Amino acid sequence: MTKRLMRGNHVLGEAAVLAGCRYYFGYPITPQNEVPEYLSGRLLDVGGTFVQAESELASVNMVIGASMAGARVMTSSSSPGVSLKQEGISYLAGLELPAVIGNMMRGGPGLGNIAPSQSDYFQATRGGGHGDYRCIVLAPASCQELCDMTFRAFDLADKYRNPVMILGDGMIGQMMEPVEFPAAVDLATLPVKDWALTGAKGRPSRTILSLLLDPKVLENHNYKLVRKYDAVTRSETDWETHLTEDARLVVVAFGTSARIAKGAIKRVREMGLKVGLLRPKTLWPFPSQPLEELTRVVRHLLVFEMNTGQMVEDVRMAVKGQADVNFYGRPGGVVPTPEDLAHQISHYYYGAHLDEDGGSKDRLVGGLS
Amino acid sequence: MKQVFTVPKSLKPNVFHYCPGCGHSIIHRLVAQAIDDLGIQERCIGVPPAGCAVLAYNYFDVDMGEAPHGRALAVATGLKRVMPDKVIFTYQGDGDIAAIGTAETIHAANRGEKVSAVFVNNGVYGMTGGQMAPTTLAGMASTTTPSGRKPERDGAPLDLTQMLAVAKGSVYLERVAVNSPKNIMRAAKAIKKAFQVQLDGLGFALVEVLSMCPTNWKMSPVAAAEWIDKTMSQVFPLGVIKDETGYEAREGKAS
Ligand code: SF4
Repeated sequence: MTKRLMRGNHVLGEAAVLAGCRYYFGYPITPQNEVPEYLSGRLLDVGGTFVQAESELASVNMVIGASMAGARVMTSSSSPGVSLKQEGISYLAGLELPAVIGNMMRGGPGLGNIAPSQSDYFQATRGGGHGDYRCIVLAPASCQELCDMTFRAFDLADKYRNPVMILGDGMIGQMMEPVEFPAAVDLATLPVKDWALTGAKGRPSRTILSLLLDPKVLENHNYKLVRKYDAVTRSETDWETHLTEDARLVVVAFGTSARIAKGAIKRVREMGLKVGLLRPKTLWPFPSQPLEELTRVVRHLLVFEMNTGQMVEDVRMAVKGQADVNFYGRPGGVVPTPEDLAHQISHYYYGAHLDEDGGSKDRLVGGLS
Repeated sequence: MKQVFTVPKSLKPNVFHYCPGCGHSIIHRLVAQAIDDLGIQERCIGVPPAGCAVLAYNYFDVDMGEAPHGRALAVATGLKRVMPDKVIFTYQGDGDIAAIGTAETIHAANRGEKVSAVFVNNGVYGMTGGQMAPTTLAGMASTTTPSGRKPERDGAPLDLTQMLAVAKGSVYLERVAVNSPKNIMRAAKAIKKAFQVQLDGLGFALVEVLSMCPTNWKMSPVAAAEWIDKTMSQVFPLGVIKDETGYEAREGKAS
């Protein structure tokens, strides 16, 4: 199959259509306007529906309606807009409705700016809206991965009847890369949604509701969700390791930061520093277990994010004090260069004497005793 | 013997939880009767509100999908856009449709969404205990306007249905009441017509129903019914607010 050179936001739109999405409801916000712009035309070509809603609130509630009807449906936005969608995301989770939400993050808080940022890691992975729920969060680091993760997002949403967020940033959305698109999903082959509201023809009427007044009933519903989240964690946690085999220091980064980290690691490797990368591809569920396992051989982690330190909390929880966890980040839409990060890495590396023969090993033995 | 009263097929055999004299019980019957009359029970999907009628899904025997407070017409938009051949209705109170959901309402009407909205106006937030609603009358006491609503402080009662009339996509808007047998018959016709407008694919249809809330009005059911005639309908006059269906002209020609 031939590759197509495309902008990230267009990739998200095209991959959604190929994955069977026929309904998109959204509201303009930079830096993701190319998603609705692309889909406003593309969906018409395939007999789908595009609605530019009056607000983010309305658009996510249209998503709720379309999902109730059993459709593959998507909305997308950027940070401030995703804040407005949180009400609907909580309902999607509570009502157990599948939906895909694209978030091309920008600098915050408040209106912030339109530069690439990773300032909404907390919001995405902690639920974001009210109530005790989880959103599955996928973090692409390239246009190809954005495409592949979009397909995966629709499958996961349907499989678990849960909202799935694709968490990119202004960089992922705006950059152009060659992408090979998988074949289009045949809608007829998708499993029938035997819970959808399609009219009570030849069956008893159905309800989809999140009001559960009896605390006992709501508690059971919450536990049911927990069992689902446990299943997601067991089966769907995804990550990539890069040059970790001999590493004495491992950088932990996702999305755009991980791209920068790879460039930085190439530079420090050329200087002889044994540095690798662990890149979470699912931010929720978070790859805690592989991180914990990594700390059996690597005692020094550098978490790198385009924010003031959010994922670093998950890393600290995962390694349970078994490794020294450092953080480097730049907030506000500042995108550090690989050189910036390489400087931070080597500073840490030499400071911890990891260049000294056996330095890492000694510490390892000490740590395990 | 002539049967004068039957329970509509589109109602489940559950006992209403509404207070004695509450308008919701009557409006539920009218909506269910319209669904029966038009034979659309099997392709009808309802969107219940937050508010006293939040449990409407316990009563309507059609598919029901619960919307967040105020968002019923956005949810209905999503349902209808996926299933244009199905019949979608929302059932919303004044706070739901005319306060927290104002934007969703105006824009659904403006897009001419082919859905039917039942707007229950009782001038008060019933379920949360009687706070001021957008439709609370001037001078009317509520738990958040204990000395009465003062327009210069609290805003005047909002006539949402009139506002919707200027939206190009709305084709049928009527205000009715359920406080007397005569008004109930008129309301039944209007609700059925709102569904017919959708079946004919004409555009957005809404019926506003002035409805008794004896509990929060602190009146007997009889006094509440009278109050609608004497006071409430002075501010919210009954009648057709917009009708671009062309039905009357067609009927006129046929006769
Ligand atoms: S509080 Fe008012 S609206 Fe609610 S059920 Fe009672 S009478 Fe009806």
